[in-house]
Amino acid sequence: MPLPLSYNLKNLTVRKTTTLMTALGIGLTVAVLLGILALVGGLDKALQATGHPLHLLVMRKNSLSELVSQINREAVSSIRNKPGIQQLDGEPMVSPEIVTVINLPRHNSPDGANVNIRGLPPMGIRMRSNLKLIEGRWFRPGQREVVVGKSIARRYVNAGVGDRLRFGRGDWNVVGVLDAGNTAFDSEIWVGLNQLATDSNRMEVLSSVLVRASDPVSLQALQNAVADDQRLYLEGKREVDYYLEQTNSAEPVKFLGIFVAVIMAVGSCFAAMNTMYAAVARRAREIGTLRVLGFSGGSILLAFMIESLLLSLLGGLIGVLLVLPLHGLESGIGNNLTFSETGFDFRLSPAIVAAGVGFASIMGLLGGLLPARGAARESILSALREL
Amino acid sequence: MVNDLVVEATDLHKEFQRDAFQVIALQDVHLTVQKGEFVAFMGPSGSGKSSLLYIIAAIDRPTRGRVKVLGRDLLQLKERAMADWRNENIGFIFQTFNLIPVLTARENVELPLLLTHLSRQERAEHAATALGLVGLSDRMDHYPRQLSGGQEQRVAIARAIVSDPSIILADEPTGDLDAQSAQEILTILSRLNRDHGKTILMVTHDPHAARHASKIRYLEKGQLLPEGAPQPE
Ligand SMILES: Nc1ncnc2c1ncn2[C@@H]1O[C@H](COP(=O)(O)OP(=O)(O)OP(=O)(O)O)[C@@H](O)[C@H]1O
Ligand SMILES: [Mg+2]
Repeated sequence: MPLPLSYNLKNLTVRKTTTLMTALGIGLTVAVLLGILALVGGLDKALQATGHPLHLLVMRKNSLSELVSQINREAVSSIRNKPGIQQLDGEPMVSPEIVTVINLPRHNSPDGANVNIRGLPPMGIRMRSNLKLIEGRWFRPGQREVVVGKSIARRYVNAGVGDRLRFGRGDWNVVGVLDAGNTAFDSEIWVGLNQLATDSNRMEVLSSVLVRASDPVSLQALQNAVADDQRLYLEGKREVDYYLEQTNSAEPVKFLGIFVAVIMAVGSCFAAMNTMYAAVARRAREIGTLRVLGFSGGSILLAFMIESLLLSLLGGLIGVLLVLPLHGLESGIGNNLTFSETGFDFRLSPAIVAAGVGFASIMGLLGGLLPARGAARESILSALREL
Repeated sequence: MVNDLVVEATDLHKEFQRDAFQVIALQDVHLTVQKGEFVAFMGPSGSGKSSLLYIIAAIDRPTRGRVKVLGRDLLQLKERAMADWRNENIGFIFQTFNLIPVLTARENVELPLLLTHLSRQERAEHAATALGLVGLSDRMDHYPRQLSGGQEQRVAIARAIVSDPSIILADEPTGDLDAQSAQEILTILSRLNRDHGKTILMVTHDPHAARHASKIRYLEKGQLLPEGAPQPE
């Protein structure tokens, strides 16, 4: 039987200050890591989950984003007539769209931020099957009406239902809020295609065409057909891939965050190690005595590992408590491809919390390993002779 | 009579390597101790008294020689087996008590029993009995810092006898105590020897303490003087 857990707990509570300081250090590291995981998780979710697997997004060749792509209306009819397009109520599932960017004032940022405006026909809305209107109604044809994504509604000034937004040639009534399940569309403003075309004087030149293929084979065929049509000078990207590429703009943030977390983690490991070395040194005679009583080197090792683990678990708990207020907090990140901002939530899922606690345990175990091994290996005689 | 030999050490040598020097702690030591004896070891500082005790307790190994305790050849035991053997057969008492400060008297005494198959209930009973034997039934839930030096040493004795070992080894058990507490400790040790048949080997600097033993052996410069030799100056 190993030494009782109460022995470890009491040893930790006896030196309260050291224990708390070390745990706090570990806690801060865990908090930073959890913050980063939550941020990365929210970003990934916002960008990756966007798109339907059978959707082809057709843009001008070599366009990095819809914003810089141009397609004229003739090309749209040519695409509409290609084989392999799924039908809905006798109509091909094709949505020609215009995407532009405007600057809107934001809460706590008077300079505002860039927001994507998407003009699309009713079919475009029907093709985005996972989104739902959570407030108000859809815009009506011929009216200066918009529906805003839920991130926009929350984070921008005068962007709620009943409010008026000013862009283009005048005011627009906000008539609805859409929830696209935390995808990129939650950070867009949607308006009728023709309304936007008139307002921005873009009757002939659109941005992109979204097409739904009837099956994966047709999707491939459509993609090839678009690419092969030399006159059009267009290319089709799978919608899913398109948004996946946009995620790359979050890479530097992720990298920096993880870099900081790793450095802090190494620091915390050393802090735990330092604390445990001090504990082992202070209790040398105690260790010698336990060995004389018949406890093996292994049980001494175990005792100090457990102590270090308990210490770091306390740290993990502190870390989780520190980031708890961040849960559900919204923020945004600029995207250098679409020149606009994508909103996302900090989400503290149970998995992320578990990761934080697991991370703390690893720091504790790594930090405790050398001191505990030293304690277990020291000869009984030299341990007893220490004062 | 041969079966009653508790300690049989032949030609014991112990050397320590200290930096470039060889320190000889024990040389040519022959020692036999009968069951039920109470032997006091005396000698100047550095004469090897503790070293001898550690070897008999299976805490340390001799550099050369043979040592049999309770019929068991200690040199045959591996590290882990030595630990188990100590737990079962040896009660060790230190000059500095060496109680675990974060544990109560009862928990300290129970420690050796954690390595046995006794149930929680049985462990508690054994610990209570041992503490009763040293007269500390009313101090079971006290922490070491709440006890006097003499009381701490009595808890340490309770811890040494709780698993009912046949041998008690004590390294200057009264060295840190005032005269009265020392007397209490010696009385307890004598009683353990006389009433409970424990074989006791005790190192001491104090001639008064040594008088409680049935036999006094002297060490000098690592050598055990012959039995009955006159006390060296
Ligand atoms: N672990 C060790 N490393 C090096 N030398 C040691 C060690 N243990 C003991 N010695 C040396 O061996 C010799 C005998 O030491 P030992 O502790 O057995 O003496 P002692 O008779 O118990 O002395 P004291 O009365 O001071 O306790 C001394 O010279 C001591 O310095
Ligand atoms: Mg000594």
